[in-house]
Amino acid sequence: MKNITYTISVYAENNVGLLNRISAIFLKRHINLESFSTSASEIPDVFRFVIVVNTDADRVRKIVQQIEKQVDVIKAFYHTDEETIFQENALYKVKSSSLFEERHIQNIIKSSHATIVTVSPEFFVIELTGFREETEQLRKDLTPYGLLQFVRSGRISVTKAKMGISEILNKFKNTK
Amino acid sequence: MKIKTKKKSMTNHDNSIRISGAEAVIRCLLEEGADLVYGYPGGAIMPIYDELYKYQDKLHHVLTRHEQGAAHSAQGFARTSGKVGVAMATSGPGATNLVTGIADAQIDSTPMVCITGQVASHLLGSDAFQETDIIGISTPVTKWNYQITKAIEIPEIMAKAFYIARTGRPGPVLIDITKDAQFDSLDFSYKKCTGIRSYTPTAKLCNKSIEEALELINQAKKPFVVWGQGVILGNAESELKTFLEKSGIPAAWTILGLSALPTNHPMNRGMVGMHGNYAPNILTNECDLLIAIGMRFDDRVTGDLNTYAKQAKIIHLELDPAEVNKNVVVDVALISDCKISLQELNKKIKTKVYPNWIKCFDDLDKIEYEKVIKYDLHPKKEGLTMGESIEMINKYSKNDAIIVTDVGQHQMVACRYAKFSQTKSNVTSGGLGTMGFALPAAIGAKMGAPRREVVAVIGDGGYQMTIQELGTIFQQQIAVKIVVLNNDFLGMVRQWQQLFFDKRYASTEMVNPDFVTIAKGFRIKAKRVEKRDELETAISEMINSKEPYFLEICVEKEDNVFPMIPSGASVSDIRLE
Repeated sequence: MKNITYTISVYAENNVGLLNRISAIFLKRHINLESFSTSASEIPDVFRFVIVVNTDADRVRKIVQQIEKQVDVIKAFYHTDEETIFQENALYKVKSSSLFEERHIQNIIKSSHATIVTVSPEFFVIELTGFREETEQLRKDLTPYGLLQFVRSGRISVTKAKMGISEILNKFKNTK
Repeated sequence: MKIKTKKKSMTNHDNSIRISGAEAVIRCLLEEGADLVYGYPGGAIMPIYDELYKYQDKLHHVLTRHEQGAAHSAQGFARTSGKVGVAMATSGPGATNLVTGIADAQIDSTPMVCITGQVASHLLGSDAFQETDIIGISTPVTKWNYQITKAIEIPEIMAKAFYIARTGRPGPVLIDITKDAQFDSLDFSYKKCTGIRSYTPTAKLCNKSIEEALELINQAKKPFVVWGQGVILGNAESELKTFLEKSGIPAAWTILGLSALPTNHPMNRGMVGMHGNYAPNILTNECDLLIAIGMRFDDRVTGDLNTYAKQAKIIHLELDPAEVNKNVVVDVALISDCKISLQELNKKIKTKVYPNWIKCFDDLDKIEYEKVIKYDLHPKKEGLTMGESIEMINKYSKNDAIIVTDVGQHQMVACRYAKFSQTKSNVTSGGLGTMGFALPAAIGAKMGAPRREVVAVIGDGGYQMTIQELGTIFQQQIAVKIVVLNNDFLGMVRQWQQLFFDKRYASTEMVNPDFVTIAKGFRIKAKRVEKRDELETAISEMINSKEPYFLEICVEKEDNVFPMIPSGASVSDIRLE
């Protein structure tokens, strides 16, 4: 079976130990996480984990079964890139002098559709949201001009299909 | 150091009372019907022990000699009583000593609640005396765990702990309670947990799958059932019996499914797996329909997955959705409690017989008898065998003892030859293979089923891993019968060394102490048997004893357990010699 990129979405209670529990599922199977991000979700008090892994269809199915089995997990899904809308966010810190001395850098920023977040006499920070290839290309382009710092967030994504978490929670409420 | 709890109007129910967190823990246990706790005191759990002292007429605490003993005793209790076992320990080493038992309970789906003391919450993360991150350590081996840092959390979390431990696929839950939460007070009232929104213990059975399963069963010419512990955990023994009798399908068990159906039931065709019976293993690869009930296709059952039952359609009755299509891809999955699934199947299943197919089992059974069983049970040689020892226990316990086993050769032999008349009678460490399990588990097994005869069958290796629990047995006067089958070897490892490592017996020979003297040192009646003509009297004396009794049986040193499926081989490559 071929390895491809899967985005795993987990809806869960905000439990202190859950992050540990979920990462242990990957650790036990020696699977590397490409990225991992957590945030609030559209439902109050429900957290969302977005995990990116590079693995095959059989393994991702089993991993998601194990994640969903955890008591504090409401529901877990996995999707291919085609099934999701996803983005990453990157920050680039560059010497301010290069912005004025190297004319070309302004063209790079313009053509990449990056935005300038802050400018100070010593440095300026630009931000780019997009696909991995786009943020990566900008990193490569800026490197010759003295990239002071670079950081990229984990993937965040929403699915094209409906998740139905509210329905699950309402159903529970109604049977109580 | 008291922390003010929320205003009375917010937390106070009409029937609430102001008590300490420690007392709340005890009251929660009593509310959950837990009147028996195994444990070991220490600094961080002293407030709870202080309350145990005050409540000793209502809650019996068994002081084990090591926290591992407490965990295994709680497991043994859970396995024979069907209730949640409770173990307690202090922070740090007390908590880490529980971990083996917790891991064992996790892999064998045993309902257990472990309560550990923890350093005061202001010391958390400071590497305080006896501080250990037991939540982090126990996470991969618990069904759920939680650290309580405020007294007010105790009732709700304890209710959740018991609910999670016993519902769905049962398992161990660990609750870590900081010392300040034990000292602080709260307005106590108790409400049992009846549901958690993120947790579905039992899925609703899909009707379409039932129809598909019935269709496969109707078409099958050579159907075969393999059941596991799910039948026992789901209280589905009578449904299984009805299903087998009506459908006429021969059935075999995994090691943890043992005793769900009486040994002498005509549909019971023995054990599958590495040291299982010949017929059910061979015929796994000849059946045209495999019906797996409450079992998880463990590698010790399946051998090489690439050659496992490839010719057969597979129906899987399983409670835990994560077990479906995990090791073996199935044709129809009935995801629910197997009691419910079997009831549905039983409503519509046709009455059938498969005489030719049954004859295949009979023929292979004969081969196994001639090549293996005959020599195990009626040996011609001078040395005693493990098999004849078990057979003698059957005779004097009238095939109705609870047999608790450890791990290794004696375990395989006991599971092969012990005879059972009722369910919940086999207590063994299946998934984790924990040596040292049997002696403390037998304590719990006896306390969970006090009217029954409990015989712990243990090897000389595993026995010495938790031998200190003889102290618990004497102090509590628990009338367990302890049989050590002594071959002066770590027999199973030695067998593998003989077969697969060219007889290089690396660190498997044991120079053993005088076990009888040790037992007598613990003031337990003890006897040693070295010759065949002494065996019967000794076992009769042991079974008739009203007190705990230790019997050492010196068996043949280098006997092997057969049949055997070599590790990684196919079930149909099972060896008889």
